[in-house]
Amino acid sequence: MNNAPLKIEVKDLNFYYGRVHALRDINLNVYEKKVTAIIGPSGCGKTTLLRCFNRMHDLYPGNRYEGEIILYPDKVNIVGKEVDPIMVRMRIGMVFQKPNPFPKSIYENVAYGLKLKGIKKKSVLDEKVEQALRGAALWEEVKDRLHENAYSLSGGQQQRLCIARAIAPEPEVLLFDEPTSALDPISTAKIEDLIVELKNRLTILIVTHNMQQAARISDYTAFMYMGKLIEYGPTEKIFTKPDEKLTEDYITGRFG
Amino acid sequence: MGDERHLRRVILKRKVINVVMLTLSTLTAMYGLVWLFWILGDVLINGFRFISLQLFLNDPTPPGIEGGGLRHAFVGHFIITSLAALIGVPIGIGTGIFFAEYGRHSKLIKTFRNITDVLVSFPSIVIGTFVYALMVKPLGHFSAISGSVSLALLMIPVIAITTDEILKLVPNSLREAGYALGAHRWQVIKDISISAAKRGILTGVILGIARISGETAPLLFTSFNNNFFSLDITKPMASLTVTIFQYAMGPYEEWHRQAWAASLVLTFGTLLFFITAKAVVHGMRRTA
Repeated sequence: MNNAPLKIEVKDLNFYYGRVHALRDINLNVYEKKVTAIIGPSGCGKTTLLRCFNRMHDLYPGNRYEGEIILYPDKVNIVGKEVDPIMVRMRIGMVFQKPNPFPKSIYENVAYGLKLKGIKKKSVLDEKVEQALRGAALWEEVKDRLHENAYSLSGGQQQRLCIARAIAPEPEVLLFDEPTSALDPISTAKIEDLIVELKNRLTILIVTHNMQQAARISDYTAFMYMGKLIEYGPTEKIFTKPDEKLTEDYITGRFG
Repeated sequence: MGDERHLRRVILKRKVINVVMLTLSTLTAMYGLVWLFWILGDVLINGFRFISLQLFLNDPTPPGIEGGGLRHAFVGHFIITSLAALIGVPIGIGTGIFFAEYGRHSKLIKTFRNITDVLVSFPSIVIGTFVYALMVKPLGHFSAISGSVSLALLMIPVIAITTDEILKLVPNSLREAGYALGAHRWQVIKDISISAAKRGILTGVILGIARISGETAPLLFTSFNNNFFSLDITKPMASLTVTIFQYAMGPYEEWHRQAWAASLVLTFGTLLFFITAKAVVHGMRRTA
């Protein structure tokens, strides 16, 4: 059904918040340089699944993964105990629900991930910061005020700054956790355009509870319900003739 | 019509209550302010009469001989307090960071944190006797450094608790953003949490220093007093507070005058430090 190479393969993934069994037997293929949307009603586990991809759950005690998430091409098991979450996070970036720039200058925000990678040379940093800001369609708006505090930007600009910050270290995969839910329609449209633009360079996974957004920007859609992956396939198919009754009910707004 | 009369009565009642409560809260505020200004005014009027250049430049003379000063106590006070800050500030900030960043999910550390909270209002004289047993007794004599240690013990909880509180105000989403970029825990703490909270942490440091700069009780058992100018921190050293205590209790008129002048310098010195430090912290740019 497609010839894009596999980027991430989720195999029999189960996830537990302490005793709460939050994800059940998830199997999912994510293809390279495609946008994969995860949709589903509140509490279905879509954000929980997304946060498995960069081991965010490791930050809090009592969380446990079972199963595998294989990252291609080197077939590393992301959730493997022997795998350093920091290595995973350097390869898989994340943009959060609410814009969360650091209380630093615009420049420092974008440069932070680069510095973590050990880049110290000013000329290299300058170039990569500009590249990232251009990539996030923010350069023209901020090029004269790079050293102003990031909080001087509007909410939509802050979110694009967060995208610039995430793409600056050139990750292979970018995770978006409802990136437009705190933004106005115009800012939302800009972010959506940006996501479509970014898939030329990297693989994108996006959690959204806005179905129209999933339909507009994604190539593949996964529908989740109560911790299970109910249906997964090309976005067009999921939105026009889903196999599962539950998917159809959700798409047509009968619940959720 | 009866309804309207009832409504009027209700409104009138509320108005009366409003006036009464407003008066009461004004009076309570006035009560505090009256004492504050009385003390400040008293110190200002009495102290100002006796302040002179020789107070700062000369060491004490034997009672009855004119021209003595309190240079030894000013210098001693500065040394003891600075040394205390040198010990207490890093430990206090470190403890606060530990509570907020490492101890978030640990019950044991939460218990330590609550004990530290109790220590904030711990009687300072007990700290003094504790350090007496810990340092003065084994060493065999009073020393400036033991005074600094007891003052440091007093300021550590203050700084630790403020640092902890202020770090807890840093939104977790900022930390997650740092981790998501591949930062280690210490990098997140240093570059994000502390950077976001630095003004609050410095306010804690100021509060800590203000807390100790007027302490007398813990110094009575530790640095004791010295009638001579001394820079040796292993020996007893004069401080303004203990000197004021001794001079105010003493029989000589000259001592009383100097005690007033020293009180003035101590009070307004602390006030000045507080205001300047607050202004500096306030003026700090939020961008790093």
